[in-house]
Amino acid sequence: MTEIIDILISASFWAAVIRIASPLIFATMGELICERAGVLNLGIEGIMVIGAFAGWMGVYQGLPLWGGVATAMCAGMLFGLLQSILTVPFGLSQHVVGLGVTLLATSSASFTYRLMLPEVTSPPKIEPFQPLDIPVLSDLPWLGEAIFQQTALTWAAFAVAGLTAWVLFRTPLGLAVRAVGENPAAVEAQGLSVTGLRMGAVIVGSGLMAVGGAFLTLSAFSSFFFEMVNGRGWICVALVVFGAWKPGKAVLGALLFAGFDALQIRLQQTPIGTHLPYQLFLAAPYLLSILALILMSRRAEVPAALMTPYNKGER
Amino acid sequence: MTAPKPEAEIVLRLDRISKRFGALLANDAVSLDLKKGEVIALLGENGAGKTTLMNILFGHYVADAGEVQVFGQSLPPGNPRAALAAGVGMVHQHFTLAGNLTVLDNIALGTESLWSRGLGRAAARAKVAKLSVDFGLAVHPDAKVGKLSVGERQRVEILKALYRDARILILDEPTAVLTPQEADALFATLRKATALGLSVIFISHKLHEVMAIADRCIVLRHGRVVGTVDTHTTDKGQLATLMVGGELSLPRAEPRAPGAVRMRFDQVFTPDRGATPGLKAVTLALHAGQITGLAGVSGNGQAALAELVAGLALPSSGRLSLNDVPIDTWSPRLALAKGVARIPEDRHHQGTIADFDLTENAVLEAYRSRRFSRRGWMNWRAAKSFAEEIIAGYDVRCPGPGVRIRLLSGGNMQKLILGRAMSGGSSSDGPEIILANQPVRGLDVGAIAYVQSQLLAARDRGAAVLLISEDLDEIMGLSDVIHVISQGRLSPGFGRGTMTAAELGLWMAGQNFAHDQSEAPNAA
Repeated sequence: MTEIIDILISASFWAAVIRIASPLIFATMGELICERAGVLNLGIEGIMVIGAFAGWMGVYQGLPLWGGVATAMCAGMLFGLLQSILTVPFGLSQHVVGLGVTLLATSSASFTYRLMLPEVTSPPKIEPFQPLDIPVLSDLPWLGEAIFQQTALTWAAFAVAGLTAWVLFRTPLGLAVRAVGENPAAVEAQGLSVTGLRMGAVIVGSGLMAVGGAFLTLSAFSSFFFEMVNGRGWICVALVVFGAWKPGKAVLGALLFAGFDALQIRLQQTPIGTHLPYQLFLAAPYLLSILALILMSRRAEVPAALMTPYNKGER
Repeated sequence: MTAPKPEAEIVLRLDRISKRFGALLANDAVSLDLKKGEVIALLGENGAGKTTLMNILFGHYVADAGEVQVFGQSLPPGNPRAALAAGVGMVHQHFTLAGNLTVLDNIALGTESLWSRGLGRAAARAKVAKLSVDFGLAVHPDAKVGKLSVGERQRVEILKALYRDARILILDEPTAVLTPQEADALFATLRKATALGLSVIFISHKLHEVMAIADRCIVLRHGRVVGTVDTHTTDKGQLATLMVGGELSLPRAEPRAPGAVRMRFDQVFTPDRGATPGLKAVTLALHAGQITGLAGVSGNGQAALAELVAGLALPSSGRLSLNDVPIDTWSPRLALAKGVARIPEDRHHQGTIADFDLTENAVLEAYRSRRFSRRGWMNWRAAKSFAEEIIAGYDVRCPGPGVRIRLLSGGNMQKLILGRAMSGGSSSDGPEIILANQPVRGLDVGAIAYVQSQLLAARDRGAAVLLISEDLDEIMGLSDVIHVISQGRLSPGFGRGTMTAAELGLWMAGQNFAHDQSEAPNAA
């Protein structure tokens, strides 16, 4: 028990929680926007991979770091366009399309990688985002290290979450997005375009997912490898449910998951870790997430038209 | 209602609107004018084309031909935004509200630029509050729509239209979901609206409401306007006759002597379901070799009666008997086993499974019989040959038994259902009782004649047929005995040719019924 308390009071643990949560927050906000508009975007896992790859490759080719983020976002939006064309105007199964987009995006990343770096055995490193030095706050004892020594992209993640909440709940655009995920017929009857709103939401959401992927290469690690997304996309789909389709709760969910993850890494290095198989620790965040999901999502209000394609003028 | 002055401005003109869905001509050159301050009713049975017409007006559908003019300007087709901007507000039969949003959000949705940075709710709130008072539409602006009652949701729908300064309100069967008290409140709102110079199109198939609220009534039948009448100079009987038609174009049936009683209803009651009345003291005998016609405007208890015959329900009081044996346990499977064949009202949802092929649909009712399965294994060879028998015997036009039934036209789908019902699955003598619920609705003329001739043939074979239809022509042409159902009460049986359409229309309108019939079931 004392090991856990020791970990929880260490500043580096909290810094890690925020760092691990950041890519999840980007991608969860992306998925949340898609689902609020009524489209389940299972392309998320692949879009994160392509985002991680495109951002890293952009910077490796000489773009500034923010140029890499923009590259990742554009790549994600491109796959979002594909996802949205197939699911919105064509009304195809969102599950099948999403899994297809994930496979296509993942393999596009490895194909392009081999095309651009045919002779490289280990992926080259780039110079990643550095922690921002915030006057006064970064130098606070404990608190400074725990919270205020993060990269700009981490701060961007929290800003995006705030922006998403503000747009969804405080602007006419967000109102229309929420309405189109609940009852597209209502949106059409009020003279708005169901297709336009849904496609827009999927494209923007996919862009955010890709930035979440790019966080891994441009901020968390300084290189790209294929397994780096490693199911984070699927976790984000669960986090949206966990957060009951509300940005604030979803951010809390991301922090909670990141907390479990940071905790298990540290626990492996304590005496407890020597007694238990390490696979148990790796599985712990997922098991705890499933538990939390069951407890939290029972009263959730699912967008009523989620996964229901809308066909204008159908009898 | 104060009648509008004859010279009142024409606010809306539909000019020869036509719309076809596949083989069905839903609207056939429909024209109408609406004047300022006027309420017109669009009356017609289900499938007459009322809702299609209004959806074209509002831009949900694009007409194949014809033009919509609002205040003299023609509307671009298929554009709800243009219809809204021109002052047309529609209250849909199935509300178009987002349940996760508040009343205010639902009303304001789409009225402000998507790219404005905030929600300007103060002005919206004030306007909604004023409209609520002016039109008597009390509803809390911050309540989530998902938590509201049906009546409250309808008020939100009307507020939505008024908020956009609609000058023309279209209400699609607005009272179908309301209690009588809510309906009265709605009528009061509509009177306030017309007093303020709005015009209203009121879609309904309830005659008394039309008489109560409308100035003029336009009757649609099979997609065509069959009459325009002033409600001040007409009565319910005349409207009913117009609605269900006066022309005769049916196979002639020779009278036959009735056989034994197959099924008997004795003082049967069923519970009311929302606004739809249950059966009230219904006594009815279905004789072998006879078609018993059940006439009436839909929603008057036909569904409850059909469920009893089909085995889907038991009466809450009263007795049901089959070949003079009282029925105590009753289920669809039992009904099938006892020789009840069913042609359900909704062939798409109750009669067939759209993505199953013809073979699978053909054996849906009989797959457990020894002919089609042994020890839990399907005999698909027998099933397929059965489907082929139906296809050949009942003239089902299709590429083959392996095609999904959703690809068939309504008429061919109905022929398969008919063949399935008449074959009785396993027994060779055919069914003893046939429940034919709206058997020809939405079919083309050829298919109608075929289905009706098959029903007559089944009668001649000795089956007891219960024919439920809203089409008086069909009822009068086929039935040996006609009962009229109204508000769950059943009229006495009238023999073939003893009643005119107008006389039946009066019964359908609920007149002639003795009031004591509808009282409590204790007497039985």
